[in-house]
Amino acid sequence: MYYLYILTILALLISVFKSVDKTSKAVKIAVKKFITILPAFLSMLILVSIILFLIPDKIILKYLGDNNKFVGITLASFFGSVTLMPGFIAFPLCGILLKKGVTYMVLSAFSTTLMMVGILTYPIEKAYFGVKVTIIRNMFSFFIAIVVALITGIFFGEIG
Amino acid sequence: MPLGNKIKIAGLFAYICFVAASFILNFNPGKLIGANFYSFSIEMLKILPFAFILIGLFEVWVKRETVEKHLGTESGFRGYLWTILLAGTSVGGLYVAFPIAYSLHSKGAKLSIIFTYIGASAICRVPMTIFEASFMGIKFSMIRVLASVPLVIATSIVLGNYLTKRKYKVLPGK
Repeated sequence: MYYLYILTILALLISVFKSVDKTSKAVKIAVKKFITILPAFLSMLILVSIILFLIPDKIILKYLGDNNKFVGITLASFFGSVTLMPGFIAFPLCGILLKKGVTYMVLSAFSTTLMMVGILTYPIEKAYFGVKVTIIRNMFSFFIAIVVALITGIFFGEIG
Repeated sequence: MPLGNKIKIAGLFAYICFVAASFILNFNPGKLIGANFYSFSIEMLKILPFAFILIGLFEVWVKRETVEKHLGTESGFRGYLWTILLAGTSVGGLYVAFPIAYSLHSKGAKLSIIFTYIGASAICRVPMTIFEASFMGIKFSMIRVLASVPLVIATSIVLGNYLTKRKYKVLPGK
């Protein structure tokens, strides 16, 4: 995360050095864009807070832990699609699941849908790109996650 | 005010009342929901203001011709390469990728490029992938990245071409 801060500060300094006018314009654009999209972020945060309450880590652990592979993939991609978590929570969780004997294939389906399919980010994506694009992009992403999971399964010898 | 907005404001109001009441009445589920809201808001506030400042600087300093040349309709294969490199170094999840993709598009990046950016910044951010590999092993992360990037590019091209044919326009003014 720190490199984002360093990069931003450096970029701002260089910008101020080159033109104070343009820098203040850039900051104004930033503030305006941020405020415009804030309601969508608020919707997402409310959805996230409720969904994470309904589907806590424990439930995910329980359902992915003991099942046959294909039920596992289905549940994993479902959980991955409807939840949202930062990487520093998601990957340790995957690590725990792996130690509990969950297959790589199932964890691939879970982590890829978690990253790419955003049902909870729908309010934001819709605000920028419209409903139709949002739905198509998420469907494609879901499909990609399933294919990647199957490829992972083949490479780890979990299919067959 | 349109009806949709009224419903949203009523929903927001109900949510705030519910969480506040939960804290006063010591109702655990409501408190947990409030805590989730708080921790996720903090997580985003650590990233979003900085990301938006960079977007602002990008819009002011980077010339439209530059973006068009490297990421526009004539960019070809190299455009995808640049996009994946750019996505690999970005931070945050999808929610940061959307405003960046939007700005890229408004500066002339073509649709298939911005969908590639969104997909790639979801799955192959370098710091995140290293973190992932430390829990799941390098083999797992390599397979995941190598299998998903071509699929992301392919589906983005399909979606981009489809939308371009339909004369799709990204919503203005965000």
